[in-house]
Amino acid sequence: LESDKQIMKMNNDVWSITDIISTVEFNHTGELLATGDKGGRVVIFQREPESKTEPFSQGEYNVYSTFQSHEPEFDYLKSLEIEEKINKIRWLPQQNAAHFLLSTNDKTIKLWKVSERDKRPEGYNLKDEEGRIKDISTVTSLQVPVLKPMDLMVEVSPRRVFANAHTYHVNSISVNSDYETYMSADDLRINLWHLDITDRSFNIVDIKPANMEDLTEVITAAEFHPHHCNLFVYSSSKGTLRLCDMREAALCDKHSKLFEEPEDPSARSFFSEIISSVSDVKFSHSGRYLLTRDYLTAKVWDLNMESKPLETYQVHDYLRSKLCSLYENDCIFDKFECAWNGSDSVIMTGAYNNFFRMFDRNTKRDVTLEASRESSKPRAVLKPRRVCAAGGKRRKDDISVDSLDFTKKILHTAWHPNENIIAIAATNNLYIFQDKLNSEMH
Amino acid sequence: MINTMECAVDAQSLISISLMKIHNSRTQRGGIKLHKNLLVSYVLRNARQVYIKEKYAEIYRMQQYEEVMTVCNEIQQLNPLELDAEDADDEEQARAACCGEDVSLCGSACHRDAAHTRTASALPGCSHLEYDGKEPEPSFYRSCCMEASPVSECDQFSANGRAHCNKTTVLDLDTHVVTTVENGYLHQDCCCDALQCGQGAQSPAKKRKVEFACCVSDVEELSDFTAARKRVKREDCSYTHPDYTDTSNISNLISIFGSGFSGLLSRQTDLEQICSKQVLASLGAWTRAIVAF
Repeated sequence: LESDKQIMKMNNDVWSITDIISTVEFNHTGELLATGDKGGRVVIFQREPESKTEPFSQGEYNVYSTFQSHEPEFDYLKSLEIEEKINKIRWLPQQNAAHFLLSTNDKTIKLWKVSERDKRPEGYNLKDEEGRIKDISTVTSLQVPVLKPMDLMVEVSPRRVFANAHTYHVNSISVNSDYETYMSADDLRINLWHLDITDRSFNIVDIKPANMEDLTEVITAAEFHPHHCNLFVYSSSKGTLRLCDMREAALCDKHSKLFEEPEDPSARSFFSEIISSVSDVKFSHSGRYLLTRDYLTAKVWDLNMESKPLETYQVHDYLRSKLCSLYENDCIFDKFECAWNGSDSVIMTGAYNNFFRMFDRNTKRDVTLEASRESSKPRAVLKPRRVCAAGGKRRKDDISVDSLDFTKKILHTAWHPNENIIAIAATNNLYIFQDKLNSEMH
Repeated sequence: MINTMECAVDAQSLISISLMKIHNSRTQRGGIKLHKNLLVSYVLRNARQVYIKEKYAEIYRMQQYEEVMTVCNEIQQLNPLELDAEDADDEEQARAACCGEDVSLCGSACHRDAAHTRTASALPGCSHLEYDGKEPEPSFYRSCCMEASPVSECDQFSANGRAHCNKTTVLDLDTHVVTTVENGYLHQDCCCDALQCGQGAQSPAKKRKVEFACCVSDVEELSDFTAARKRVKREDCSYTHPDYTDTSNISNLISIFGSGFSGLLSRQTDLEQICSKQVLASLGAWTRAIVAF
C-alpha cells in the first residue's frame, strides 16, 4: 500500500483522556469524515478537491468543523453519571446543500445539521454594518440588501434531540435506506425512530427477560440492510446474529434468520463466552454478506447460510494463549470494529500495538500495518509488520507477542465508500492513508 | 469440559479477580456496564465449575489415602493412649447416620470399594451443578476457622481427623490438642469442622446452599476446609514450604506407617533419609507421638 499519510493531531502532544477518539465515519460520498471522542466532541474533516495542476494528486483531509455534541449529564433518579463519550456517528444521505449526521452517547441521540455559509447580506436599512440600529432620521433612501461573499463559515446546529428512550447503554445507531427512519440499539432493546419525530419511538426488539437473573445475552450491535428497508441485523454477546424482518411483526423478537456457528467443545476455556461475543456487525455494500468481529477473529457470513460463516479470518490468534492476562488487564473486553472496502473485496479491522489488519477475500492474502508516526513518513510506503510467537524465529522488524503494547489499540477504522482511503483512529490520533497507486476500487 | 491448561492462574484466583471487577464496576463512571458484567459472570461460572471439579477430584484422591489411613488407625489402636476400636466404630456409625447414606465417605476398610463406587457416581452428578445465579456464594470463602469447636470433641476424632483434614494434622499427646500444621500456619481446632459432621449435624452443613445438597455433608465440610486451606496457601505463598504439600513425601510416610507400626522405630532413620528436613520438622508431633509409645 503506497500511501500518502496524513496525521491529524486532535490536540498538541499534551492530551487528555477526553481526546481519545471513540468513533470514525465517512459520509456517503467520502467527502466528509467525522470523528467523535470521549469528551463528547465531534470533528468533521473535509477532503480538499483535487488540484487542477496536479491531476494525480488527490485531496487531503482538513478540519471542516468542530463542535460539542454531548455534555456529561447526571441522572438524578438513578444517581448515575451519563458519559458524554460519542459512541457512534452516522451520516444521513445528502439531500440538499446541508449535511446531516446522527451522533449518540449512552442515552441520547442527536441530529445535527452542518451547513456552509459563504455569503452574508449587506446593506440593511435599519442597521449599520456593525449591527447597530441606525438613527431613522438619517435614512434618506431605501436600499435592497445584497448578498456579498464572506469567509466560509461552517455552522452546526442541533436539529433534533432523541432522548429518554433507552434504559441501557446505546451501542449502535443505523439509518434506514428509506432515509426517513433510523434505529438505536442498547444492551437489551432496539427502538425505531422517525427522523422528524422526537417524542416517541417504536420498540422493535426487546430481549430483556422477565427476571434479570435469567439474563444470558445482550445486544452488541445492530444495522439496517443497505437496500431493504424492512430488514436489519443485530448481534449478541453469545456470538449469534439475528436477521429480522419488520414486515413480519411489529415486535421483531422472533428472528427471520439466526446465524450461529456451533462451538467447538474441545476449545472451551474460562473465556469462551467473552471471546465469542460479537463486537461489531456490518452489512457488505452489496447487502449479500455480513461482516462480524469477535475478540480474535473476523468472519464473513452469507445471508443465505445460517449454519456457519463463509470465511473466518484470524486477526491475532497469538493472543489465544494470553487470554488470562488479557482478562486481568481488561483488554479482553475491548470492542474492535470492522469495515468493508467499497467493492466488498477487502475487510479491515484493528488490533493492538497500533496494528491494523486487512484481508483480501479474493486472493486470501492478508497484511498487518502499523499506524504510528515513528514508523512512517508522509508519502512513504507502509511496511507490512509481523508478529511472531515469543521466542520464535525473528526476522528484522518482527515484533514478539510479549512486546506488544496493549495500550495502543485500534478499535475504530473506516473505509472510504469508493476509494482506497482509510481512516484509522489510534487513541487520540487519526491517521488517514491513501493508496495512490490503486486509487480506484477493484 | 473447560480446558484450564492455557490459563496462567487457577480457578480460585479467577474467581477473586472476577469479583473484584464486578465490585469495581459499581463505582465506574457512566454506570454499571451490563455487557461487561455479564461476561465476567460467565468467567465466574466457568471458574466455579472447574473449582468444584478440582475439589471433588481432590476428595477422590483423598479417598485413596483414606484406605491407607484406616490401616494406620488399626495400627494405632495398639496404642493405649489413642482411640480404641470401639470409639472408632461409634464414630463411623454416627457419621453414616449423619450423612444419610449406607456407606460413609470416610470409608472403612471393609466398605472401601463400595465407598469408592458411590463417590465416583456422586462426582458426575455434582459436577453438573449449574451456576444458578450471578453472585457467588459468600460461604465459598468462609474460613473454616470461624467455627470454634470444643477441644473435647476434637479429641475423639483425632485419629480420623488426620484422614479428613490436611495430612499434616497432628495430635499432641501432651495436651491432647489437635493441630494442623501447614505452610507454617498453625490452625488450632481447624479440622474440627470436618469432624463435626460425624457428630450429626451441625450448622456448617445447613449454611450451605442447595448446590451441595446432593453430596454428603462431610464432603461440604471438607470442601469448606480445602477452600480455606487453598486460600491460606495463596495468601501465604511466600512462606510455602514446598514439601508441606508435597504429596509424594506424604504418601511415602503413610506407606511407612502402613507397613507396620512395630517396624516404625527401626525405620526412623529411613524416614529421615526419605523426607526433607522441613517435613521432619513439621512432623515433630508425629514423631513425638510415636516415640512416646
